[in-house]
Amino acid sequence: MGFEVLLKGNNMIRLLEGLGVALKISLISVSFSIVLGIILGMLMTLKNHVINVITRVYLEIVRIMPQMVLLFIVYFGATKAMGINISAETSAVIVFSFWGTAEMADLVRGSLISIPTIQYESSMALGLNRLQTYIYVIIPQIVRRMIPLSINLITRMIKTTSLVMMIGIVEVLKVGQQIIEANRKSSPNAAFGVFATILILYFIACWPISCLSKYLEKKWEN
Amino acid sequence: MNEILRINDLSKRYDDYAILEKINLSVRKGEVVVIVGPSGCGKSTLLRCLNGLEEIQEGEVVLDGEIINPNKKNLSKSRERIGMVFQSYDLFPHKTILRNVTLAPIKVKKRKKSEVEAEALALLDRVGLLSKKDNYPRQLSGGQKQRVAIVRALIMHPEVLLLDEITAALDPEMVREVLDVVLSLAKEGRTMVIVTHEMQFAKAVADRVIFLEGGKIVEEGKPRDFFENPKTERLKRFLQTFTYETVENDEIEMEQV
Ligand SMILES: Nc1ncnc2c1ncn2[C@@H]1O[C@H](COP(=O)(O)OP(=O)(O)OP(=O)(O)O)[C@@H](O)[C@H]1O
Ligand SMILES: [Mg+2]
Repeated sequence: MGFEVLLKGNNMIRLLEGLGVALKISLISVSFSIVLGIILGMLMTLKNHVINVITRVYLEIVRIMPQMVLLFIVYFGATKAMGINISAETSAVIVFSFWGTAEMADLVRGSLISIPTIQYESSMALGLNRLQTYIYVIIPQIVRRMIPLSINLITRMIKTTSLVMMIGIVEVLKVGQQIIEANRKSSPNAAFGVFATILILYFIACWPISCLSKYLEKKWEN
Repeated sequence: MNEILRINDLSKRYDDYAILEKINLSVRKGEVVVIVGPSGCGKSTLLRCLNGLEEIQEGEVVLDGEIINPNKKNLSKSRERIGMVFQSYDLFPHKTILRNVTLAPIKVKKRKKSEVEAEALALLDRVGLLSKKDNYPRQLSGGQKQRVAIVRALIMHPEVLLLDEITAALDPEMVREVLDVVLSLAKEGRTMVIVTHEMQFAKAVADRVIFLEGGKIVEEGKPRDFFENPKTERLKRFLQTFTYETVENDEIEMEQV
């Protein structure tokens, strides 16, 4: 079946390291996305005309451009055309953060404007000050709306990291290809075993996260 | 004459558009003042000025000697002393009924949790909602939510309670259960300022009725004089709109029978 190649040498460990690279790129990107997305999302609620136009163009670009094109633009474009030297991993983080920030900002904006003014007012009418109103009334509602959605973003990002091998990053899929190449003669069936294993690895990485999101969504339905 | 709340020459404008003009009003301790008037005449705005949710351009609101001003730092201190219930359901959707009620006394008044909970349960029992204490607002009917909102205001022991058309968004069969709670509060001598479109209820609950139109107090009086012998033409016309409505409804019902 081709699973035997994984037991050879340190092949399995290399695969796991490859997965580690994918997870690392997505986690760093998600962290940037959350911080920048919250800031941008809050700016977007200010109803400032200039900010509105800029963010709308930004969100459109992210929506239209395939991530792969963005990766090529940043990696090859920046290094070759502008002579800036950035590593493939940095390029990947930049592109994924660029994408994630847009999605987070949209989520944050959506959650913020979906909280009715009456929630602020009835809280303050009870004597809560502005800070208490945010801590006990507004933020818990925003977080409840946002966490399942941002978890969903994380899993999509982990999956999309398979693209980064196109700019030469050795992540799990690339490692898999290398193993298959190296064992072409001895195990012609290696492809099935390796890709099946990768499938399982992705599943193990993403499934708990998506379970958590489903659980939170259920729990916070109201 | 035990005055608790006073409004002096209050004027409120949005841009150049005057919403309230030179309103003067004094509310005694234990008095129930009902405000009626056509839609858009500024009733909600007036109530919101009373607890500093709206900035005012002229005049002042004085609660027991203390001026209420939206720009004041310790406005939330004054707000603890004034309870308000709004027309739309304003419960916190992420908290259970019990937590909705106990939030403010615990966080704002820093009272002991066990003691606050005991009081909350007693109040919920009083409005017939003890069994709902662990439910979330979305699981309650409109009338039940409004009763919870009243309890949530009461547990802060407000000196004045402001009610803004709290039955306007309710299905007719739920109006009664909410107004009965308000009537019982009036009987125990609570100070309230109530905005309502329910004229029968106004007649029953009010010590004094005020007719607001075009941002001004046009007429005020004891409920009996107010409803039976209105002095101004404008109030007469306003009250007629309600009788007309009832006549028309009766006709429709008759046709259906
Ligand atoms: N934020 C605002 N900006 C400008 N005008 C406003 C604003 N809020 C209210 N108004 C105006 O102020 C006037 C009074 O509004 P208010 O809500 O106090 O009326 P109301 O008497 O409570 O009416 P209703 O019986 O329909 O509740 C209305 O004409 C309304 O259009
Ligand atoms: Mg109103």
